[in-house]
Amino acid sequence: MYNEIFDRKIEDVGLQTGIDRLTPEKIEKTVKQVLEGETGAKLKVYHDTCVRCGMCAKACHFYQSHLEPSYSPVAKIHQSIGVLIEKDGKVGPDFIYQCAQIAYTECNLCRRCVHYCPLGIDTAYMMSTMRRICHKLGVTPQYIQDTAHSHSATMNQMWVKDDEWVDSLLWQEEEARDEFPDMRIPLDVDGVDFLYSVIGPEPKFRTHLIYQAAAIFHEAGANWTMPSEPGWDNSDMAMFSGDFEMMGRLKRAHFECAQKLHVKRIVMGECGHAFRSIYDQGNRWLGWKDYPVEVVHSVEFFTELFKAGKIKMKAKHPGIATIQDPCNIIRGRGLYDHLRFLAHEVCEEIVEMAPNGEHNYCCAAGGGIINCGPPFKNVRMSGNKAKADQLKAAYDKGARTILAPCHNCHGGLEDIIHHYGIDMEIKFLGDIIYANMVKTKAVEE
Amino acid sequence: MQNTNGWNWEPGRKVETYADCAQNSEWLEEWCVSPDGETVARVACTAPAEFALCVNGKLSENVYEKIICPKFTPDGKLVAFVSQDMEWFLSVDNEVGEEGYGFLWDSMWADGTVAAAVQQDMQYGMIVGGKIWDNLFENGNNFTLSPDGKKSAAVVQVKSLGQADIYTFQEGVFQVAVDGEALGDVFMNVWTPSFNADGSKVAAQVRETLYDYSIAVNGKAWDAKFQTVWEPRFNPKTGGVVAPVRQGGKWGMAEDGKIIWAPKYAQLWHHQFTAEGDIWAICAPEFGKFALVKNDKPFSQTAAVVYDLAVSPDGKRAAAMARGEDRMFSVLTDTGAWNGKYDMVWQPVFSADSSHTAVRVDRNGRQTVIVDGKAYGEDFDQCFDPAFSPDSSKVLIKALNGDEYIRIVADVSEFK
Ligand code: SF4
Ligand code: SF4
Repeated sequence: MYNEIFDRKIEDVGLQTGIDRLTPEKIEKTVKQVLEGETGAKLKVYHDTCVRCGMCAKACHFYQSHLEPSYSPVAKIHQSIGVLIEKDGKVGPDFIYQCAQIAYTECNLCRRCVHYCPLGIDTAYMMSTMRRICHKLGVTPQYIQDTAHSHSATMNQMWVKDDEWVDSLLWQEEEARDEFPDMRIPLDVDGVDFLYSVIGPEPKFRTHLIYQAAAIFHEAGANWTMPSEPGWDNSDMAMFSGDFEMMGRLKRAHFECAQKLHVKRIVMGECGHAFRSIYDQGNRWLGWKDYPVEVVHSVEFFTELFKAGKIKMKAKHPGIATIQDPCNIIRGRGLYDHLRFLAHEVCEEIVEMAPNGEHNYCCAAGGGIINCGPPFKNVRMSGNKAKADQLKAAYDKGARTILAPCHNCHGGLEDIIHHYGIDMEIKFLGDIIYANMVKTKAVEE
Repeated sequence: MQNTNGWNWEPGRKVETYADCAQNSEWLEEWCVSPDGETVARVACTAPAEFALCVNGKLSENVYEKIICPKFTPDGKLVAFVSQDMEWFLSVDNEVGEEGYGFLWDSMWADGTVAAAVQQDMQYGMIVGGKIWDNLFENGNNFTLSPDGKKSAAVVQVKSLGQADIYTFQEGVFQVAVDGEALGDVFMNVWTPSFNADGSKVAAQVRETLYDYSIAVNGKAWDAKFQTVWEPRFNPKTGGVVAPVRQGGKWGMAEDGKIIWAPKYAQLWHHQFTAEGDIWAICAPEFGKFALVKNDKPFSQTAAVVYDLAVSPDGKRAAAMARGEDRMFSVLTDTGAWNGKYDMVWQPVFSADSSHTAVRVDRNGRQTVIVDGKAYGEDFDQCFDPAFSPDSSKVLIKALNGDEYIRIVADVSEFK
């Protein structure tokens, strides 16, 4: 399959400049170093045991959308890392371009295909290793690389400066006091029940999410804090660019923010990939088997608040909603029941997408693809007709709202509904809870 | 180490309610307690968008639109950031300088000097002892002071970046600035500048390419490069610079670029020097198991997580917070783990003679102080960091119960 069927090259300055600097010797050395020094028996076993049965094909939304074999998980492996393994890294720079484009932009690392492989082969792991090699070769898409740079320079993914973070919290607190006169966004309070952490875009573009979360915590009488210093961003594009050293540095900053404040746990905002970085990859790279501070996702935390009667709904979100199950918290963490409980608490009626739960289709934004920026937007659109079809089916059953407790899902689905002309609105749980909860502490309207 | 000379060490207890502020406030924020336990402060909201400091029950006359991040310095000054008419001021013991700034954060203290990070007209730097750096930069972070408080440093951005300008970034845009003067080479990344004792040298973590990490001293990187590094510290005996370094996927320790502890750890960080030049740190001898380590010899007791390392004044002992696989917290010391399990454990505090260790703990929402593994016979809603008398025989407990603030001086023998 070497280069024969790859006719979908997309220009990207990061990938092109990267391969322009490569030599075959450098490629061979780097591939060997990663395969021998950083991957264990797992990768080799996966490679050696794949019988090319193709059962994984129908698992992948890229294949389902294009119905073209080269998009199947097995084919993506055998157009990239499989070749590197077989050829001992003896490939040319052009082939690395192909490997990088496949690994960064045609696989969301969503792990759906693991469930369909009779041998349990984890294609996402192989694609992550492919990305690791590309990172080490300096062949990464421009936009995700820029995000990884931002992480390294500021410990957040949006180049938010130290003061801008605190300033945005104070601004939201001030705004909120028109509605809740004694509401606070507590800063650096030691020993409280939880530290609330968010992803970089919240203080930059989606400050209302901070307002809403704070309002919900205020109404629930929560004992919480936010950190005033870097480490507040739980997101991690370095994990997806293959810069694992930076992933470790970010997760250390994040966990130490919580450790310094002696909080009992971290509650994470509605984000999926950040959760993966915290419960699976970043913590382990640092040598922790478990996470060093208890971590719960907003979906778990809101469930607790509802079950304890600390938040009550004045009315439910009107009409019919469907649920986008984010891969990293549903397939990855098993929060299906929590999310169903909440969805039925906050929405009048739910129609499910099919398939759903741990068999859901990815939004096609995850795994860092949306962070690869405008050049690859159409890859996500054409590669997720499968999701558009699911959404249309839900629409036909009356759904007008998509409940999506993940930032990447929001970005991805927003693009999909526009691209495919599906007239639906996308909501975070926080949007719906905030808009419809009983506000005992608000000023009289 | 906290100097506790001159504090009131009369055994006994003082209880205060400081109720006056509550009567004149819409709400009162968290309690801040001075190291000697004699002063307690809270931010008070006195009217909509109006805040004052409540100190020992008295509301300050100065009011501001905002007051944030109040804290006491080790010498007992109350530092906070206050805002009025869109400007921020540093308040020290309720006095504010004339100069207002765009933003202030990260207050710090060393040997009597108070400093903070500053943004003025979207330029970044520090204010030290009330004076702003002569040069400010496009961005700044990782702010620090020398141990004598005479020098200040930060990581500063010295070149502008366009949108998604990945190659300018990779050529290097960051430097260390000392007192506002950028120093030495420009790197892709710089983190955690740290001074030697007299402030004549500053060492920092640097990344020179996407893959090569090193330590730079006064802006010059070691020849040796590593997979990554953690924050450097100066050896007070030799003046050498020592940092944890990662090589071949394992962590070791390097001094002035040469490996001094062979890379064999799954993790190695938070190292501290003793006056004699011994090194204590937290290590993971194997994946998932963390321990104290001294001079490359790990202690046998391990835990899933170890944090908040404290080294005794004589350098011979150490203690830290530990979290077990059962997710409960305990105290790990050089002689093993204490028996008690808690919901939270704070950084241990050693007595001046290094013979006793006191720790604030939380169990089921009640807090107390434990000395050498033995509990004080009373618990509270909240405690603050304990302290020992200069002769190491008494323990200061600062606590809250309901609306009461309680200051107790107890004999070490009272912990049973
Ligand atoms: S299902 Fe498994 S064995 Fe079959 S082709 Fe896919 S990865 Fe290979
Ligand atoms: S996008 Fe998901 S289903 Fe498709 S290959 Fe990647 S991990 Fe497998």
